[in-house]
Amino acid sequence: MNETVAKNEISSSQWQDVWDQFKTHRGALIGSIVFVIIVFGVIVGPFLWTIDATYIDIRARNSGPSLAHPLGTDQLGRDMLARMIAGGKVSISVGFTAMFLSLVLGTFIGVLAGQFKKLDGPLMRFTDLFLALPLLPLLLVMVMLFRETLSMRFGPETGTFILIVTAIGVTSWMNTARIVRADVLALKELEFVTAARSIGTKPSNIISRHILPNVLSPIMVSATLGIANAIITESALSFLGLGFPPDFPTWGRLLFDAVDYLQQYPERVFWPGLFISLTVLSVNYLGDGLRDALDPRIRGR
Amino acid sequence: MLTYTIRRLMFAIPTLIFISLIIFLLLELAPGDPMAEVPLTVPPEVKQKMREALGLGQPLHIRYFKWLIQFFVSEPLHILSNMTGFNLAGDAARLISWQSRSPIADIIAERIPQTLWVVGMSYVVGVLMALPLGIISAYKQYSWFDQLGTFIAMVGYSVPTFFTGVFLIVIFSVELEWFPSIYDTTLRVVDWDTFVLQFKQMVMPVFVLALYNAAQISRFMRASMLDNLNQDYVRTARAKGLKEQTVVLIHVLRNSMIPVVTVIALGVPTIFGGAIITEQVFKVNGLGQMLITAIYANDLPMVQTLTFIFAILIVLFNLIADILYGILDPRIRYE
Repeated sequence: MNETVAKNEISSSQWQDVWDQFKTHRGALIGSIVFVIIVFGVIVGPFLWTIDATYIDIRARNSGPSLAHPLGTDQLGRDMLARMIAGGKVSISVGFTAMFLSLVLGTFIGVLAGQFKKLDGPLMRFTDLFLALPLLPLLLVMVMLFRETLSMRFGPETGTFILIVTAIGVTSWMNTARIVRADVLALKELEFVTAARSIGTKPSNIISRHILPNVLSPIMVSATLGIANAIITESALSFLGLGFPPDFPTWGRLLFDAVDYLQQYPERVFWPGLFISLTVLSVNYLGDGLRDALDPRIRGR
Repeated sequence: MLTYTIRRLMFAIPTLIFISLIIFLLLELAPGDPMAEVPLTVPPEVKQKMREALGLGQPLHIRYFKWLIQFFVSEPLHILSNMTGFNLAGDAARLISWQSRSPIADIIAERIPQTLWVVGMSYVVGVLMALPLGIISAYKQYSWFDQLGTFIAMVGYSVPTFFTGVFLIVIFSVELEWFPSIYDTTLRVVDWDTFVLQFKQMVMPVFVLALYNAAQISRFMRASMLDNLNQDYVRTARAKGLKEQTVVLIHVLRNSMIPVVTVIALGVPTIFGGAIITEQVFKVNGLGQMLITAIYANDLPMVQTLTFIFAILIVLFNLIADILYGILDPRIRYE
C-alpha cells in the first residue's frame, strides 16, 4: 500500500492529501510498519535463516531457546523459528488471496444489486442464502469432502491451499456485498448521480466514475476485515484439526500442535498466537488509517 | 409496512427450502460411510440390509422429501406430544442419530441450555459493551477514549477466540486458579454457593466470546456514526439549536443504527461459529461441540438437523433485521 501512495505523491495532489492524513494516524502508521516487517520477514526469512522447517533433529527435541534455535524446538526437534517463518508465509498468502477473492465477489454483487433494481431482489436473496448457510460447519464439511481429491490432483500443499482459499473466499463475500449495496443505494439517490444520469451517462460509467470511488472506503474496511477473517478462519480450521496437513506448518497448525504441550511449554502457544494476533491487528490498524485517509469529508478537517 | 413484512416473509420460505436442499445435497456427497465401523466379517448382503434399515437404499429425491416431512411435520408433533402428554404423532418415524440411536430432538434439547446460556449471554454482554463504546468513540474521534476503545476493539477482534481462550486458561486456571478451565454442565444452581460456581465457570467462555462480538459490533457502530456525524442534516440540527444530546442520540444514532442492526442480526451465525471453537476450548458440551462430534462420526442426520436448525435461526434473524431496517429507514420500505 505504501509504495503506491508514495509513487503517486509526485503526480497527484489527491494522493498527497491521503498520505498526509494517513501519517497523522499513529496506529495506522505503526500498523503498516509492523505489517511490512512481518511480510518482509516471511519472504526474506528463509534466505537468512536457512534451517529447513521440516528437518527433524530428534536429539534436540523440546529444547529451550538457544543460539542454535532462538525459539527452541518442538517435540520432534524441528526448529521453531524456521517453522514460524514457513508458517507465516502460508498464513499470509492465504489471507491475501482469500481476501482478494471475497472482495472481488462481494463488490461485484454489491454494486450490481445496488445499481440495478431488477437484479437487487435475486442477488440479495442469493446473498441471504449464503448468509443463512452455517459457515464454519460448512467449511469443515467442505475441507473433509474435497481435501483428498484436491491433494491428489495438485499435491498436498497446493491442493489444501486452493481448497482453503476458495472455501474462505466463497463463504466470506456476503458482508462486503451487503455493505457495498447499502452504500450504493444511498449514493445513487444523491444529486451528483442523478445529474450524471440526466446527461445520459451510461450505467457502466456511472458505476466506474461515480459509484465505485465513493464506495472505496467501505471496500477498504472490508478488505482489512477480510484479511483478518481469512487468517483467523484458516487458523480456526487448523485448530479443529481440519486445516493444512501436519508436516506443513502454518501459524494455526503450530498453535494446534502446541496446545497439547500447554502445561510444559506455554511459549509454543504464545509465539504463533502472538503472530496471528499481531498480523491481524496491524492489518486492521492499516485499514482504519486508510479509511480515514480516503474519506475526503474527514481529510478536509 | 405490513405488505413489506409479508413480502419479506414470502421470500423466507423458498430461501429455507433452497438451503435445506443445499445442506442435504452437500452432506450426501460426504465421503463418510455409517457402515465403516461395522466389522469386516459381516457379509455384504447383511450390510446392504443395514443400510436400508437406515433409509439409505432409496433414491435421492425420495429421501429428501421424507426428510423434509420428518423435519417439519413428524418431529414437531412428537415434541408437542412429549410436552402435552397426548399422542399426536402416532407412530411416525423419528429422526434418529446414527451415533446414539436416540431421537435427535431429545439430544438437542439436552444440549441447548448450555449453548444458549454461554453463547446467548456473551452476545448480550457483547452488544451492551459495543454500542456505548462505538458511539462515544466516534463522537470523540481521536480522543484518548477513542484511542483506548478502538485499541481494545482491535485487540478483541484480532486475537482469535481459541488463542484468547487458551491464554486465559493458562493465566486464570493454571497460574492463578481462580476459574475452572472445564465447564461443568452437571452443576445445578440450588443455592448461593452453586450460583457462585456457575458464575465462575461462565466467566471465561462468556468473556472470550463477548470480547470478540463486542469488538466487531463496536467497529461497525463507530464507522457508521462517523459516516453520519459529518452529514448536512447534523449541521442543520445543530443550527436549529437542538441540544447536542438530541442531535447525537436521536438524529445521528437512529441513522447510524440502520447498518449496525443488520450487523447485529447477521452476527448470529458467527455466534454459532465462535461457539463451536469456544465450546471446544472450554469443553462446554453444547450444540457446537455436538456438531463437531457428529461431523467426525459421520452422523449425517445429526449434522443435517443441526445445520438446518442454525439456518432457520439465521433466516429468522435476517427477517428481523429486514423488518427493523424498514422501521428505521423509511426509504427502504417504499422501494
